[in-house]
Amino acid sequence: MNEACAAAFAAWGLTPALWGLTPASWGQTPVFTWLFAAACAAITWSCAVCAEPLPDFQIENPAPGVYVHYGEQAEMTPANAGDIANLGFVVGDRCVAVIDTGGTYAVGRALRLAIRRVTSKPVCYVINTHVHPDHVFGNAAFADDAPVFVGHATLAQSLRRRGPNYLNALTRDLGAVAAGSALVSPTHAVASDERLDLGGRSLGVRAWKTAHTDGDLTVFDESSGTLWLGDLCFVGHLPVVDGSLRGFLSAIRELRTVTAQRVVPGHGRAAAWPAAIAPQARYLERLLADVRAALAAGTPLAQAIDGVGYDAAERWLLADRFHKRNVTAAYAELEWDE
Amino acid sequence: MSSRVLSAVLALWLATSAVSRAQDNDAAANPIWQRLHAQLFGGAPISVGDSVVALETPTRAEDAAIVPVAMRAQFAQTKERYIDKLWLIIDDNPSPIAAVFQFTPSSGRADIETRVRIEQYTHVRAIALVSDGTLHMATNYVKASGGCSAPAGKDAVAARAHLGDMRLRVYDAPAAGRAALVQLMISHPNDSGLAMDQLTRNYAPPHFVRSVEVRHGANLVMSATVDFSISENPNFRFYFVPGDAGELEAKVVDNQNLAFTASVKLDSPRVGAVSAPR
Repeated sequence: MNEACAAAFAAWGLTPALWGLTPASWGQTPVFTWLFAAACAAITWSCAVCAEPLPDFQIENPAPGVYVHYGEQAEMTPANAGDIANLGFVVGDRCVAVIDTGGTYAVGRALRLAIRRVTSKPVCYVINTHVHPDHVFGNAAFADDAPVFVGHATLAQSLRRRGPNYLNALTRDLGAVAAGSALVSPTHAVASDERLDLGGRSLGVRAWKTAHTDGDLTVFDESSGTLWLGDLCFVGHLPVVDGSLRGFLSAIRELRTVTAQRVVPGHGRAAAWPAAIAPQARYLERLLADVRAALAAGTPLAQAIDGVGYDAAERWLLADRFHKRNVTAAYAELEWDE
Repeated sequence: MSSRVLSAVLALWLATSAVSRAQDNDAAANPIWQRLHAQLFGGAPISVGDSVVALETPTRAEDAAIVPVAMRAQFAQTKERYIDKLWLIIDDNPSPIAAVFQFTPSSGRADIETRVRIEQYTHVRAIALVSDGTLHMATNYVKASGGCSAPAGKDAVAARAHLGDMRLRVYDAPAAGRAALVQLMISHPNDSGLAMDQLTRNYAPPHFVRSVEVRHGANLVMSATVDFSISENPNFRFYFVPGDAGELEAKVVDNQNLAFTASVKLDSPRVGAVSAPR
């Protein structure tokens, strides 16, 4: 059994519901064990075909001890192995903190290898900025480091509520490339503001009220002035509302007052701060105004989804995938204001 | 493992996935539907098409938690001929029978707009029982959304804070004999309880709206038995024919037997709210 398969075994063991079987029943069923071995062999075989995923996983080093990997601006596909979010790590005197781990075990593994090329210090923290699969499914690659998994106070519950569906979708969309990806719950919950000590360097972790999701964290590296925004900031990629539109806008108002030397958005590259968040603010403000207008006119949801537009001149990426979804979420939130 | 065994396993795997793809494209052959057909309708013949009820869904569930669905009757309700019941079925959801709506001639039109959760690629069905005893079905295939869209709600804490708030609104100026559009909004998490706690292996208790009943005076306008395939904050748009003035009243009961009511006076203000668990 290869490494990916061993991890897959562990992952599947955590999610017996996917198989419609309880752990007890499959553990005691020789036929199933045999089938599992066969499936593992198939994965090994197919991964021999797809070769080592992410052969050129790039890491940038914008400031001493700060490392960033910029994911592709795309949906998760087998070709990109779920490497679509921005990830990275900060190295202190004592240990390393990882900020988001990517959309699959393979991405998490690539990130871990990148850390090992830079330092041999242990990984003491793995911070997830929020629950979305492109930010959390690489967590399993850090299990051997036994770090503290840090998340928003709501993250554990969100993973319970959404995780099984995310795993299903990941397996559906990525197949064998998703092998080893697993739900890893936070072992440390952040309810407001906290500092994490890396030895001679500390990270300020802040839990936000419902905005992009109902469990967003930002991470500020005080030594370098680097602010990791998670998906509270999208650049290029259309912003996604999966928490509260009004909450998202008020988080942006507050973020704009924060001073930082550089910021790392959840998706895309930020040139200057806070200018980098202006297009997102414009998009969301227009969404708010247009959905309110649709509601005031008595437009039903289905028609609002098709009718509420956005400024094409902004040339958002993935707008065809996320704009209608944003209209839906905004409508469902704002209709109670009427 | 020998390559021969491996090939056999792969062949079996490919064969079964080919079979399931074929079934996806054939609404009638879906085993879940076949079971429901027997269970709900005793296998009775059902005519297929949209001459009695038309079904409107998006082809892709943009947001898995909130997928708008409309079932539209193709004729007005009369005492002579009316739609008695409408079933909304989502084959591949954990609980496929999303809702069963009951209408009367006072409903005016047996139309329903609501929002549902879509867990995966699935057939969605609207099935009408007409007062003459015939059954009619319209079917759409809905693709599930991308990997970060989940059927769970957006903000679990906020959902609980407003539990039981309701809005009942009549859109059209009530005119005797003409069907008026009504919207009923219910603030409720409508939780499936299907999310398992990975540590304790316990399931959260389900908490969802079970029944909805809307009356105009003594007349039943619409009643429904629903479950957690209906989205968080259940929302229904439907019609009724105002007779005399008076009140339109909605009563909602959830699976924990909490009851919520809302009403709207039909002469002057047309937006009603106010409710409290009883």
